[in-house]
Amino acid sequence: MTSPRLRIRARLIRLFVYAVLGGVLSARAAGFDLDALMTLLSDHPHGRVSFVETRHLALLDRPIAARGDLVFIPPDRLERHTQAPRQESAILDGDTLTLIREGRRRELSLSQHPGIALLIGSLRAVLSGDRARLERDFVLSHAGTPDAWILDLLPRAPEAVPSLRRIHLVGSRGQVERVEMIETDGDRSVIEIGDALP
Amino acid sequence: MTARGRLLRIAGWLTAVGMLLVLVVKAEYSADMSVFLPRSPTPEQALLVDQLQEGTVSRLTLVAISGGDGAQRAQVSQAMAARLRASRAFDLVANGDEAALERDRVWLFEHRYLLSPAVDAQRFEVAGLREALMETLDWLVSPAGMLIEDLVPRDPTGELIQILERLDRGQQPRREHGIWVSRDGRQALLLVLTRASGADLDAQEAALAAIDAAFAAADDALPGATAFQLVKSGPGVFAVESRATIKGEVMRIALLATLVIVTLLLFVYRSVPVLLLGLLPVATGALAGIAAVSLGFGVVHGLTIGFGATLIGEAVDYGIYLFVQRGGLDSDQSTLSDLWPTIRIGLLTSVCGFGVMLGSGFPGLAQLGLYSTTGLIAAALVTRLVLPAFLPAKPKLRDLTPLGMVLGRALPALARLRWLVPVFCVTGLIVTWVHRDGLWNDSLLALSPVSPQAQALDARLRAEMGAPEASALLVIEAPDLETALRQAERVGRVLDGLVEEGAIAGWDGPAPFLPSLATQRARLASLPEPAVLASRLAVATVELPLKADRLEPFLADVERARAEAVIGPASLAGTSFALAVTSMMIETGQGWRVSLPLRAPFDPVGQLGIDAERVREALASVEHSNVVSLSLLELKAESDALYAAYLNEAIVLSLIGLAAILLLLSIALRSLARLWRVLLPLLTAVLTVTGALVLAGESLILMHLVGLLLVVAVGSNYALFFARGEAAPAPRTLASLLFANLTTLAGFGLLATSSVPVLQAIGITVGPGAVLALLFAAMLSRPRAAVNPD
Repeated sequence: MTSPRLRIRARLIRLFVYAVLGGVLSARAAGFDLDALMTLLSDHPHGRVSFVETRHLALLDRPIAARGDLVFIPPDRLERHTQAPRQESAILDGDTLTLIREGRRRELSLSQHPGIALLIGSLRAVLSGDRARLERDFVLSHAGTPDAWILDLLPRAPEAVPSLRRIHLVGSRGQVERVEMIETDGDRSVIEIGDALP
Repeated sequence: MTARGRLLRIAGWLTAVGMLLVLVVKAEYSADMSVFLPRSPTPEQALLVDQLQEGTVSRLTLVAISGGDGAQRAQVSQAMAARLRASRAFDLVANGDEAALERDRVWLFEHRYLLSPAVDAQRFEVAGLREALMETLDWLVSPAGMLIEDLVPRDPTGELIQILERLDRGQQPRREHGIWVSRDGRQALLLVLTRASGADLDAQEAALAAIDAAFAAADDALPGATAFQLVKSGPGVFAVESRATIKGEVMRIALLATLVIVTLLLFVYRSVPVLLLGLLPVATGALAGIAAVSLGFGVVHGLTIGFGATLIGEAVDYGIYLFVQRGGLDSDQSTLSDLWPTIRIGLLTSVCGFGVMLGSGFPGLAQLGLYSTTGLIAAALVTRLVLPAFLPAKPKLRDLTPLGMVLGRALPALARLRWLVPVFCVTGLIVTWVHRDGLWNDSLLALSPVSPQAQALDARLRAEMGAPEASALLVIEAPDLETALRQAERVGRVLDGLVEEGAIAGWDGPAPFLPSLATQRARLASLPEPAVLASRLAVATVELPLKADRLEPFLADVERARAEAVIGPASLAGTSFALAVTSMMIETGQGWRVSLPLRAPFDPVGQLGIDAERVREALASVEHSNVVSLSLLELKAESDALYAAYLNEAIVLSLIGLAAILLLLSIALRSLARLWRVLLPLLTAVLTVTGALVLAGESLILMHLVGLLLVVAVGSNYALFFARGEAAPAPRTLASLLFANLTTLAGFGLLATSSVPVLQAIGITVGPGAVLALLFAAMLSRPRAAVNPD
């Protein structure tokens, strides 16, 4: 077991490597443009993966976490089945987000909740490699190689969802490994995506 | 007739017409749906009628806008809503815009400790607090977390969620571009409640025009030539459209019938003065009919006047008999006296047929009965007493004897086909018998002039709006509002169980927005004092990431809530649910009535079924005091029962009418053989028409039944002529019969083209039926030539 501190250090080292190598690699990997990244993402076989979401809120003394599985069925169905802290399923299909909790279904329309739309909708767009969709809402910037890349999403119209500052994604090939959502008030939420599950 | 006698009669007639005119001008006319509602309702029917005419539902109009793109539709919707809200004609204009939603949310949040069903004595104990806080933390990590994040410091126990959960039971319409849209997103939706009652059709019409105007203005304001379409639906739309349809149809049919009959008469009489004279009985009859209905019912329905077209067809016959008989005669001595006894029996049978309908509890039928009876008697009296007074001593009337001779020569050919009569009779009987199941349409909707397409559109819009039609009402009567609300809360717990069971799909009640005072006070009493709450909160949050010091706003809010007064109906003002709630509560003479609408699952077939048996059984277990009464009003079942009662009554009345006609004919004819000769063609006509309707796939409504009775009543006029003597009627009589029949066909036949089901049913039955009655009577006649060649 690596301690959290060690893990953070490993991450910092990795970021440092990106930064240093970034210039070198960008020349070498001239072929790795945004379209190439999107192709990697859209070609990636999608199935069931595990996830851990951690929310860091100013309101709370310590972060709270939820874990479970994510299922993406291209082009626009994303399921999030939470096992802990309680059983809950959130299914995004088209414009509708269905929350199933303790046997009760609640339906939300994304267009009615622009905040949720931006957060979950962007994750769905990344998973399906939908560049047009992403560029409608965000300014995109990326770096890295096909094996280790980062993608930053900056909202085009911050006034639409004032609380969201940016979304930061880390991945390798077509696999998104980590999604970090940073809010303007300092709150943030991190989703770590594990390997494919059977 | 002396000159003095003539003058007296003419003066008498003029006086009568003058009086009738006054009555007709002063009469009140309507074309609303009231004609379908019972005259002497049971308590359940009274509730039903009340709901149909005055209930909130009757003021509801749903509006859908299509065309353009979503953003443009949203602009149109917003502009329309703004304009309609500015007008004074509407109590509520809702299009799902953010401002209204925000107002509602703020109101619910402000009153959350009075409204939340989770607030009870345990909720603010340490354990209760801890449980509620943990639940809130779990919400925070869910995708919906960001929706509640900002509210947590003020509402850490999640009372707003508790309230919204209760409301979400009713489906909300989908929202896009900040407004309500249909499920496919292609239509913008608005919901409008008129201030005027649903029974005030003029106000409803004005409100609909205001919606059209607001739409046109919003459409014009948008640059570019985008084509938007507006669709409206709802009880007001139906009522206004039905009224326009009935008015239009009645005008059209009356005009056409007059035109056709005038043309026919001009052909027969070849004289405008005689034509005008021939119309006198009709006009007088119509005036008398309307005046009688106005006196008898207080209001004359448009449909009744529509039936008047049939009166034109029949009443004009008397004039034809008179003039055709006079044609070719030199003096006025041998005029109608020859035919009068036959006409009189014919008139009496018609009066029997129409007269029994006077006994009907269905106002439409009763009005028709009174109108026709009075009209026919008046027309006959004018023909008999007044018309001869107008005729010059030697009128130049066309002699129709040549035509009559031709007809007379055709009779033997027809008579050779007499075997067809029993064949038709038996075939009709067999067809009807084979199809006896499902012969009758058993839905009140069958009488409604609202087209099935319009009904389907309404059902779709309601489903989109999340405002499905209630299939039943649970009605609570109590001496005061508080008692009624308390009872509604008790009933609500049972209803929740029924939803779980699936006996009903859902229900609405005032409780989520307006709990009884007792419930509100109990909730307030469970809020601890600030110091107590603070210390309990400190204990409850010990191991939680949410610390008590972050929750100062919560303590402040609870303290404010403790000081807050309870809410009453007036507190809801300004919210979009105020109307829905207050409309469920009606102050009656004896106290308060609270009605909870119960919903059945949406079903495109329109079978709004709930498990009424189960609901009644469950209700029986709800305790209530003697001063409170609970009843279940099944709207669809009740209206179908109402219609079934009309139908049964119509069957009984028809049989009575038939018996009266039989009795009358037996007395008049005094011969079983002649009675049979009159009845057989009538019976055959009735069975042939019925068989043909069944084969054409029509499911019969009670107006068909009434039509069949009228076939007997009207057809007997013709059949009697053929059964009068041993020989067939004289040529002139034959000619007059032909024209009398043609005018009747014109009157009823035009009704058959109507899009109003009740008019169409009578027309399609009596028009062909009258012709067949004459034809069959002719077939069964004994040709004059055969008996007495001349």
